[in-house]
Amino acid sequence: MRPLSPTKTPAARTEQIILFRVSGQIFAVSSASVQEVRGVDSLSGAAKEMSYPALRKVKYFVRRGENSVYVINAAMHFGLPPAPPALVFVLRRTRTALLIDGIEKMTSMSRLQALPLAYCNEERTWYRGLTALDQTVVPVVKPDGFLTPDELFLLDASLSQEADAEAKHQAELNAPDEQQDEHNTSITQ
Amino acid sequence: MTSIAETDLQSFVLLRLGDRRFAIMATQIAELVAPSRIFRFPHRTSEVEGVILRRGRIVPVCDVAEKLLGKGLLSRRFYLIVQRRYGAQTEWVALPVSGDCELINAEMTLPSDTDTPHVSGWLSHAGDVIEVLNLAALTPGPTEAAPTPTSAPMQQEARP
Repeated sequence: MRPLSPTKTPAARTEQIILFRVSGQIFAVSSASVQEVRGVDSLSGAAKEMSYPALRKVKYFVRRGENSVYVINAAMHFGLPPAPPALVFVLRRTRTALLIDGIEKMTSMSRLQALPLAYCNEERTWYRGLTALDQTVVPVVKPDGFLTPDELFLLDASLSQEADAEAKHQAELNAPDEQQDEHNTSITQ
Repeated sequence: MTSIAETDLQSFVLLRLGDRRFAIMATQIAELVAPSRIFRFPHRTSEVEGVILRRGRIVPVCDVAEKLLGKGLLSRRFYLIVQRRYGAQTEWVALPVSGDCELINAEMTLPSDTDTPHVSGWLSHAGDVIEVLNLAALTPGPTEAAPTPTSAPMQQEARP
């Protein structure tokens, strides 16, 4: 008689996550959602500062092809005390990059619990849910929860207006030179 | 004018908040546990303090004393874990309490029109008149649309 073969329990599905710090608070993000991790210094060449009073958390924008990627101060987004950011996460499939203090570690989570329904305000757009890791609870951020479609529309419109104003200003600066050139040409003829 | 809701006795859990006692229907109670570490993270729902871990579940903590007494509890002896209904869904919510809880059987009197929304009825017990708490009015949750007479049973809102 053959012994019964041991039943195999299916391996628990896990998701790789990055734990990161913002003003001393730990958050998690799926590592699949992070396209690039860069130092803040590396931004200085490509990023242009922007100030949109209604969205003070948006600090810079970076042109990437036809689109602009908006760089968000995570501490301001979450209403945490300001802390000097050291790293930027460029988030995949979004037009958002996130200024954070640092990476805590990479790990995996096996269970994501929905945010309890008692949390019924803006935070529902911030988080995919909560996970318990090493007897602590960590919120898992939603990559597309940092800017709403309406906010993106406003930011795009603001940049577009700035570009138009800049183009107009350049045209005005160039206009006297062009008139002078035309005048000189007519005298020569 | 008030009326008697049921002639049969119902079970209630009496809880203590500061020097006052309140009641919750026993069917809405999950368990009574010792206080444990509260995990906090940024959010915008001021009534929620944070979450605790209990039997693998992540349970939000709401200090209802603020709403009922006008001030938070100075000392917390237990968390009374209640089952809060959100439409068709039920979730656990931990309410900090400042003293022992007691299971009693009593008749509930329905609330009057002048009672605040968090009162779902009244009990008379040991010489005291005690408010029976309406958890849906006392603890936060997504705004639920009032059902219309022709509508199907209310669906759980996926995202507020």
